[in-house]
Amino acid sequence: MMREDPNLYDYWAYQDRPKIEWPGGAKLAFWVAPNIEFYELDPPQNPHRKPWPYATPSVGGYSIRDYGNRVGHARQMALLDKYGIRGSISLSTALCDHHPEIIEQCKDRNWEFFSHGVYNTRYTYGLSEEQEREMIQDSVDTILKHTGHKPAGYLAPALSHSEITVDLFAEAGGLYTCDLFHDDQPTPVHVRSGQRFVSLPYSLEMNDTIAYVVNKIEPRRYGQIIKDNFDRLYAEGAESGTVMCIPTHNYQVSCPHRMRAFEEALEYITGHSDVWVSTGRDIADYYLNNYYDQAVQSIAEQARRYA
Amino acid sequence: MSLDKEFLEYKNRRYGMDHERYSWSMLSDRPAISWPDDKKIAVWINVCLQFFPLNQSGKPFKVPYGMTMPYPDLRHYSLRDYGNRVGLFRILKALDRYQIKPTFAVNTRLAERNPYLMGLLKERGDEITCHGYHMDALHYGGQDVKEENELIDRALNSLRDLSGQEIHGWLSPARSESENTPELLAAHGIRYFSDWVNDDMPYTFSTENGPLTAMPLSNELEDAFILQSNLHSEQSYADQVCDAFDFLRAEAKNHGGRMLALNIHPWMLGQPHRIGKLEQVLEYITSTNDVWSGSASEIRQAFHTQNGVD
Repeated sequence: MMREDPNLYDYWAYQDRPKIEWPGGAKLAFWVAPNIEFYELDPPQNPHRKPWPYATPSVGGYSIRDYGNRVGHARQMALLDKYGIRGSISLSTALCDHHPEIIEQCKDRNWEFFSHGVYNTRYTYGLSEEQEREMIQDSVDTILKHTGHKPAGYLAPALSHSEITVDLFAEAGGLYTCDLFHDDQPTPVHVRSGQRFVSLPYSLEMNDTIAYVVNKIEPRRYGQIIKDNFDRLYAEGAESGTVMCIPTHNYQVSCPHRMRAFEEALEYITGHSDVWVSTGRDIADYYLNNYYDQAVQSIAEQARRYA
Repeated sequence: MSLDKEFLEYKNRRYGMDHERYSWSMLSDRPAISWPDDKKIAVWINVCLQFFPLNQSGKPFKVPYGMTMPYPDLRHYSLRDYGNRVGLFRILKALDRYQIKPTFAVNTRLAERNPYLMGLLKERGDEITCHGYHMDALHYGGQDVKEENELIDRALNSLRDLSGQEIHGWLSPARSESENTPELLAAHGIRYFSDWVNDDMPYTFSTENGPLTAMPLSNELEDAFILQSNLHSEQSYADQVCDAFDFLRAEAKNHGGRMLALNIHPWMLGQPHRIGKLEQVLEYITSTNDVWSGSASEIRQAFHTQNGVD
């Protein structure tokens, strides 16, 4: 039976929370999450969601995503280098096998790798618990094998979820999920094991694919939206301590006609003094070590206030 | 609840691509290319001359920008036809003024129906490529190979007759292909095609009948994609093309020559309120002295000569 609520987090009003101060007294923790994905040309058909709109070969859909790896990746990497940003990669982990050159380049830069499933054409829908656990474990093992680190974070492949996706990733040793869009600060997440686990703001609104493909916005407007989003979170961060994430895709943001707007936004954000330019793992670690317990307490206090 | 075992089996999980069509290669790792006169950017303007039949079958899907209303959809038929009657002449005037040469991707059915248009193109002498038989004659996954072979046969034979050109280039209607399209194109003497949008530079695409060149022709930077699919403003179209040009020009400084490939449609950019934006783009790029204007075949040739192929 379907649930009314995912039962992953409690209501927690943005006001009256403990203030977060990021390392160095920063008001805002900023991270960029490049999705580095592999879509298969001819995947098995999931009965719940079609990977491609028409019969295979889906030349247009497949080839523009391949563009991201062939052409776009090197561009975005150079840009993040220029502004001193370490990417936190949302990785289709089969890419370690297909395109190890990309993995090596990112390892050289000490970027973070987190799991985005095995392929972005293999959805969670319909998997049994055992199957989903196997898929998640495969992705965790692959990242460990190729990078020497277990992933701390998870974003379900193609944002396809089950009711226990977050539980299973926590049980595989994870620390944070990117699958929830309910807040501008990290929040505690309930997992069935009872372990300490958090949600990090990942932002669909700043996501280039949502902006360009779903909302169809103009590149320069995308750049402006990013700056406006930053301005407000930066100002509020003096009182609350905020997180800003830009999730990207090399086949969207790294197209030649979109790079200028993205670069201007990165230049703007990193030009501010009280920004902690960080990664998903570092933000999650810092929060778990310094604010998680206060947050749990504050959520309980808020729940009692008008009870 | 569970899925078949094959859902967790990954038979093509290996180094490189998950198919045999082309080899894996990052653009940033490839040798630098230089264009004639050491220009940084080779500009390919691909003008699509299209015929959208009124009696559209819509099989296996309705072609984007085709008929959408109940038959007879005079509105979309005539608005697309506007491009071939009126819009084209504004575009030609603009390109000629800035001395940028077009390559014409022609639906063969249009060539058959419009002797004046073909006569004009032949007189100009620009390169003509085949854009399929017409916009409703689609190539698609699962298509009967005999049927597709006949379609390509008809499209190329007739266009070769009417144009007097050998016709080396191909762009599928809606860029849609079957599993067999590349083989059939190579067997019919096609040397390059532009359906796959996975690169900013040419690369070699394998078929059982010999290689094709995949020539980059961005879909994301196409006039109809920006203006009609995304509903961006006319000014944004010009901004996006100029921003792309600036970016590629900067990249070319360190990585060798790049291409600006613009796919345009007279029914879209040839409208009175849009043609000025094409002129703005042409004014901007030709003011830089970094542009080499070539036809698709000339750019392909310049590329392959340096790579020791062809």
